[in-house]
Amino acid sequence: MVKAKILISGNEAIAQGAIQAGCSFYAGYPITPQNEIIAYMAKQMPKKGVFIQAESELAAINMVYGASAAGVRAMTSSSSPGISLKQEGISYIAGARLPAVIVNIMRGGPGLGNIAPAQSDYFQATRGGGHGDYHLIVLAPGSVQEAYDLTQLSFDLADKYRIPVMILGDGILGQMMEPVRLSVLGSRCSGKHQVPSTQHLKDWALTGCKGRKPNIVKSFFLREGALEEANLKLQRNYEIIRKKEERFECLFTSDAKVILVAYGTMARIAKSAISQLRSAGKKVGLIRPVSLWPFPQKPFNLKNKNVKYLVLEMSYGQMLEDVKLAVCGRQRIEFLGRSGGGVPNEQQIIDKIRIISEKS
Amino acid sequence: MEKTFKRCQSLYDVPTHYCPGCGHGIAHRLVAEVVDELKIREKTIGIAPVGCAVVAYDYWNFDCSEAAHGRALAVATAIKRVHPQNIVFTYQGDGDLAAIGTNETIHAANRGENLSVVFINNAVYGMTGGQLAPTTLLGQKTSTSIEGREKKAHGFPLKISEMLALLPGVCYIERVSLESPVEVLKAKRAIKQAFENQINNLGFSLVEILSPCPTYWGLTPKESLDWIRDVMRKEFPLGRIK
Repeated sequence: MVKAKILISGNEAIAQGAIQAGCSFYAGYPITPQNEIIAYMAKQMPKKGVFIQAESELAAINMVYGASAAGVRAMTSSSSPGISLKQEGISYIAGARLPAVIVNIMRGGPGLGNIAPAQSDYFQATRGGGHGDYHLIVLAPGSVQEAYDLTQLSFDLADKYRIPVMILGDGILGQMMEPVRLSVLGSRCSGKHQVPSTQHLKDWALTGCKGRKPNIVKSFFLREGALEEANLKLQRNYEIIRKKEERFECLFTSDAKVILVAYGTMARIAKSAISQLRSAGKKVGLIRPVSLWPFPQKPFNLKNKNVKYLVLEMSYGQMLEDVKLAVCGRQRIEFLGRSGGGVPNEQQIIDKIRIISEKS
Repeated sequence: MEKTFKRCQSLYDVPTHYCPGCGHGIAHRLVAEVVDELKIREKTIGIAPVGCAVVAYDYWNFDCSEAAHGRALAVATAIKRVHPQNIVFTYQGDGDLAAIGTNETIHAANRGENLSVVFINNAVYGMTGGQLAPTTLLGQKTSTSIEGREKKAHGFPLKISEMLALLPGVCYIERVSLESPVEVLKAKRAIKQAFENQINNLGFSLVEILSPCPTYWGLTPKESLDWIRDVMRKEFPLGRIK
């Protein structure tokens, strides 16, 4: 039987996706615009699970560290200033090879910024964010349905690779309501990347040492060479993830002269602009990265010398750097971005494309 | 001949890295003896701090986790909530528990988390080279209070145990000392009490241990023990606080 769709917000979809994926520990601290997640988890966490409203973001992320070390699926959520506070714990989680899911529903920054939607934490999310040589897998949903699906997927990826996974959304995605089919795991982006929803055997978890040698969860490696060895293990893991976990959506890229590159909410606005332009006969396409780390390399066809890219962001040229790295200077790249609550609208995109097309 | 003293099962047979006269070795052993006597080694999970005791898991023979500096009680809260049948304790120094981690400490205590805390108060930051700690005594010289702690510039020694005793979620707090064999035995009894409280689901228990740091007190091991007895105890009186 096909389940009916229900109307929920992006934030609620993330929370429901987490519960569907077997998340049994949530700790968080209130911050706008993601408060629906903490409220939903408080209400819907199953009886055997644990919900804690922590005294700070620092405490919340360190509780997630503890819960994950204890072997259960654990999540926290916050928004930009709160995510900055969590960076300490995220670095420790990465260093200790613990799985965890961290949700960032971005708002304007720097500093206290505002509560309007933004994408300006891209660098922080995709470059690690805290101290040390590490990465998170970063997934950027573009719809409420995808927020639900990718949250489920993020728990599987976290367990499979023993890595923290970040769901990176923005205030619009978090607050917006859309119909969602509450099916059990089925990533709707680029088809073949599904991961079986199985709990991986966590023989490293802290459960008491009955019948085995003690387990130690740590990120401290003092002996000469030990840290380098541990970091190389991380890097080998990242290499596998780079190869296997690229996710993206392509729209009209085969014949496009101008290809927009945008993720999350920005990609939705780009799609609206594209549908207007296509009906006017303009050959415009879209690459929508769904995994921001690893950043998708495959959709960039470097052999097509006639194509130009237009990178669109609710930030000032952050993802732009990854597009430049993917394109390696072989094709032209233009940029349109706004920040601090400003969101490029369809007309601005259309105007920008006209200017680009007129340039030789 | 009867063997009257033996190594605890909860301690590995390895030398420690601690300085001569340091209290950590004694405190580690007391925890290990308590874990052995209560027969809980196979369900104990320890949280090692950041500080001199960061590698406590190299000495304890049971499951352990590190925690970021100050966050041990947040980590312990989660582990205990996930595994209520396990015995979870933190082992933290004064900088960890009463400076950078004050927030986590107070709120874990206020939630009445069913945890045991071993709090090592040596009135100084040991691992980083002897800086002013929240518990440094007035007049005590450290590398960051070179003329001695002065109340106007540095504030007063923080009595976190007395503060925590005000919270309804806290069931037991006692301050003990490692200055003499008699006091060491009392310290062990207090640690045992804190673990038994957890076994009996009574809530948050903390044992503050006045512990020598000869290296950064600039004293010999023997002088350090005397300094606890003659000086430190005046600021931090021993006994049951709650």
